[in-house]
Amino acid sequence: MIEADKLSKQFRDSHRGTIRAVNAVSFRCQPGRVYGLLGANGAGKTTTLRTLATILKPSEGTARVAGYDILRDPEKVRANIGFLSTATALYGRLSAKEMVEYFGHLFGMDGETLRRRVETLFARLEVDFPDRRCDSLSTGMKQKVSIARTLVHDPPVMIFDEPTSGLDVMSARTIVGFIRECREQGKTVLFSTHVMSEAEKLCDTIGIIHGGCLKTEGTLAELRARSGLQDLEDIFVRTVAS
Amino acid sequence: MSWRNIGVVYRKELTDSLRDRRTVMSMVLVPILLMPMLTIGAGVVSVLMFGKAMQETPTVMIIGGEDSPRVLAQLLQLSDIAVVPTRPDYAEEISNKQIRAAVEIPRGFDAAIEHGEVPTVRIYLYQGELRSVFGADRLQRFFSGLRDRVISQRLAARQLPENLIQPFRIEQKNVASAEKVSGATIGGLMPSFIIILCLSGAMYPAMDLTAGEKERGTIETILSSPVSRVHLVVGKFFMVFTAALFTALLAMASLGLTFAAGKSMLAGTPQLNDFDFTAGISVRALAAMFVMIIPLAVLFSAALLAISLFAKNYREAQSYLSPLTIIVMLPAIVSVLPGVELNAPLSLIPVLNTSLVSKEIVSGTYHWGYMLLIFVSSCFYAAIALWVAIRLFQKESVLFRT
Repeated sequence: MIEADKLSKQFRDSHRGTIRAVNAVSFRCQPGRVYGLLGANGAGKTTTLRTLATILKPSEGTARVAGYDILRDPEKVRANIGFLSTATALYGRLSAKEMVEYFGHLFGMDGETLRRRVETLFARLEVDFPDRRCDSLSTGMKQKVSIARTLVHDPPVMIFDEPTSGLDVMSARTIVGFIRECREQGKTVLFSTHVMSEAEKLCDTIGIIHGGCLKTEGTLAELRARSGLQDLEDIFVRTVAS
Repeated sequence: MSWRNIGVVYRKELTDSLRDRRTVMSMVLVPILLMPMLTIGAGVVSVLMFGKAMQETPTVMIIGGEDSPRVLAQLLQLSDIAVVPTRPDYAEEISNKQIRAAVEIPRGFDAAIEHGEVPTVRIYLYQGELRSVFGADRLQRFFSGLRDRVISQRLAARQLPENLIQPFRIEQKNVASAEKVSGATIGGLMPSFIIILCLSGAMYPAMDLTAGEKERGTIETILSSPVSRVHLVVGKFFMVFTAALFTALLAMASLGLTFAAGKSMLAGTPQLNDFDFTAGISVRALAAMFVMIIPLAVLFSAALLAISLFAKNYREAQSYLSPLTIIVMLPAIVSVLPGVELNAPLSLIPVLNTSLVSKEIVSGTYHWGYMLLIFVSSCFYAAIALWVAIRLFQKESVLFRT
């Protein structure tokens, strides 16, 4: 479960002054469901997700992730999430196995448990290159290792920040399939995108974010009923313009 | 503080860094190769240069002396100088290194000596230019010899003993041990090199573990793990500290081995005055120097981490750290200057204090009071630098600087 409560984040910029990247955003993601934050570039998606993943501290408001408050227990929050974005790269000089094992160790796993978990994950994700260095892997292979890295501790909450951005069709399909799998396993999934088709295909609930504010949210059917429009892109444009 | 998490981060960073060619080069190859190159290489080059300069027959110009055939003939007979025809621009020729020296024989020199007058012979040289100094030295020796012969003739003519003009002799005797003599000669330089190597060994890992992570996009990956930022920075710090210390240790081992090799190579060769290269640096001195370098390595590691963390990428980190190298080199160079001696105020200046105390240690002098003061003050600076690095690691504006 993720519960954002009037979450806000401000940055100070020497040229532009104070920037309110996220402005009192509140929403709720349920276990076994996929919540999609839909927004244009610079809408505040990444900042919202980074704040929920406790990589950034909120300026105001708070959130509870997997039952833990992001301000009071940031380490416990991180121990219960899997965070994946195009910015979460791999350590190039480590092998695929070393990379996943490193994160396993950081999540408090050790010895036989970790070894078995890595073996299971690699078998499921078809990672048949465990000893190859990450900097020699193709984009698709890297994606698989990244997925294994986010799943190594079997977290109840998954946060994806534009996970398919810049990927080819095959790599993007791997990610989409993986998000569905997470939902089937009963995990809480929050992901951000600016690709309408992806949101339509995957999301149980869609939140449209613009200028740091959550403009509207609901199931696709609810959004259609509310706007009187069928196409998600049209719904998005009208919501953003209003 | 979870030492387990710090250990996990440290082990990963160590594995990662040891696979980085630049880090291995600066940590291992540079200290191993630099010390023998600096000591043996510089020694060989200076011996060769000295030898070549000494073997050369200096070209010398004689100004005047046409009315003093005796001294002129003796000068022309000298085999260790080559007399060239006289020209009026002798000073310019010496400055341009066309000739090495010139001697001006005053008018009526031979006659003046016979009449007991005191004429002045002038030797012109390019002060500081080795070959010119050698040329002038040979002229000086000739005229000193001539003066001694004239004195002896005058004493003999008056039937007076030689000891009339030499009532006593003066001798200089060195009382410092061979270790101290060689330490004072080479000791000033070597600790400075070790300190600079300690910094350079830590530089690449520090940049790689901070600005490098930002550039490669792994900073967000690691920040999404449950490890706290304090544990993360402390783990990274220990890696950089290991690199700094390991580089210093290797440089010292290389220095020790270079001297051991020098000892066997020079066995049986005559000593140059009281300077004994083979006395070298004792294991005790190396160990004491290493202990004094530990807090400095902490200071370097934490400062390098903090500065390079501020950088957005590798290139920016390099431009920030280059001035730091000069800042560290300055006190290291100052410590070598003659007359700069260890005292209480200087014991509080980071880098300079360690450099000065190491110089003393290498020459076998242990100022325990100053050593304690330097160790404590260096620890204090190191703690501040580490605190700053930890604080910076908590700042989003630094971690996500765009």
